[in-house]
Amino acid sequence: MSRTTMDLWVGVFVAMGIAALFFLALKVGSISGSDIQSPYTLSARFDNIGGLKVRAPVKVAGVLVGRVSEIRYDNERFQAEVVFTVDGRYKFPTDTFANILTSGLLGEQYLGLDPGGEEKLLAPGDVIKKTQSAVVLEKLISQFMFSKAAEGEPAPAK
Amino acid sequence: MADVFRKMGSMAINGIWQLGFIARFFWLILVYSGQSFTRIHLTLRELYFSGVMSLLIILVSGLFVGLVLGLQGYETLQRYGASDSLGTLVALSLVRELGPVVAGLLFASRAGSAVTAEIGLMKVTEQLKAMDMMAVSPIARVVAPRFWGGVISMPLLAALFSAMGVFGGWLIGVVVIGVDDGAFWAQMQDAVDFRYDVLNGVIKSAVFGVAVALIAVFEGYDCVPTAEGVSRAITRTVVSSALAILALDFVMTSFMFRG
Repeated sequence: MSRTTMDLWVGVFVAMGIAALFFLALKVGSISGSDIQSPYTLSARFDNIGGLKVRAPVKVAGVLVGRVSEIRYDNERFQAEVVFTVDGRYKFPTDTFANILTSGLLGEQYLGLDPGGEEKLLAPGDVIKKTQSAVVLEKLISQFMFSKAAEGEPAPAK
Repeated sequence: MADVFRKMGSMAINGIWQLGFIARFFWLILVYSGQSFTRIHLTLRELYFSGVMSLLIILVSGLFVGLVLGLQGYETLQRYGASDSLGTLVALSLVRELGPVVAGLLFASRAGSAVTAEIGLMKVTEQLKAMDMMAVSPIARVVAPRFWGGVISMPLLAALFSAMGVFGGWLIGVVVIGVDDGAFWAQMQDAVDFRYDVLNGVIKSAVFGVAVALIAVFEGYDCVPTAEGVSRAITRTVVSSALAILALDFVMTSFMFRG
């Protein structure tokens, strides 16, 4: 069996298809799964996680360092437990603060970490104790309204 | 009245009969695949006819779909001052849905119909029977190479379609309208995940490839061996491939992209 021009065309076709896949993988998408090297997991408990979702980004000083891997409800503490994986290259002190923040006014919610000044570092599997819950817009507005209403109340009659 | 019920009943029984036949046929193709892979040039030839020959229509329609997405997406996004997200919109809609589905529909009408016509005509001219007489299995010699040619080329074509569409969106968004080039790619890369979006799209297109190729070879093999029967089989290939693609797409989307 000898090589034919048809083989050449099939080769060109397959090469083009694979090139397109590589284009989609590298230029269009980001291989975030393998972007995180030697990951380890941490967790944090929140009173309210707002709209945080699995796979939401974990950021420190605006830099993406990991992703939320699991969200569950702790039935004994009546709190939400957020488990997230962090890149092994990054270490955080034990008094790191975990916040749930929103990117932009209407953007998605993410987990923001604020490293503290402690010498000891968080080990894999540790739980971050200092947390701040998500800001719920409705609560904020109602607080504002109540405080405004209290201000506007006329002084009690003499 | 009773006649209507009788007809409906016979249609239902026929449908189930055909479903069983197509399942057995699928199994036979898998069984004979090993035998047909020993002569790989047969599969390569089908890869040429259904893959390479579909390249032009796939690339051109991918480009145009991308251009339209770019135009319409920009139109809506700029109202909310979010025209920088154009890349995200174009890439996600192509990679997740439009790429596999539209490429599948085009593939069914371009390559699937040709396969059905070819096998159907072989049946009409009794070539399949002749092969059987010479102890050459027509499934290993004719059907399996055409099936695998379709299954292999479909994901590649869908990837090419998506890549071409993203290029089209970039052409309209960045070159013609003037969305910022850096923001276009950066927002796209931020939103499109390789495993979640791209690989799920590839899985989708592979499933569509199996469905279209199976329907095409089955309709050809099962056709009534007359001129009219072949033409009906070709029509059925295109119609049921389109239905299968859209229905499977809904099922897979609801499994893959939840939450």
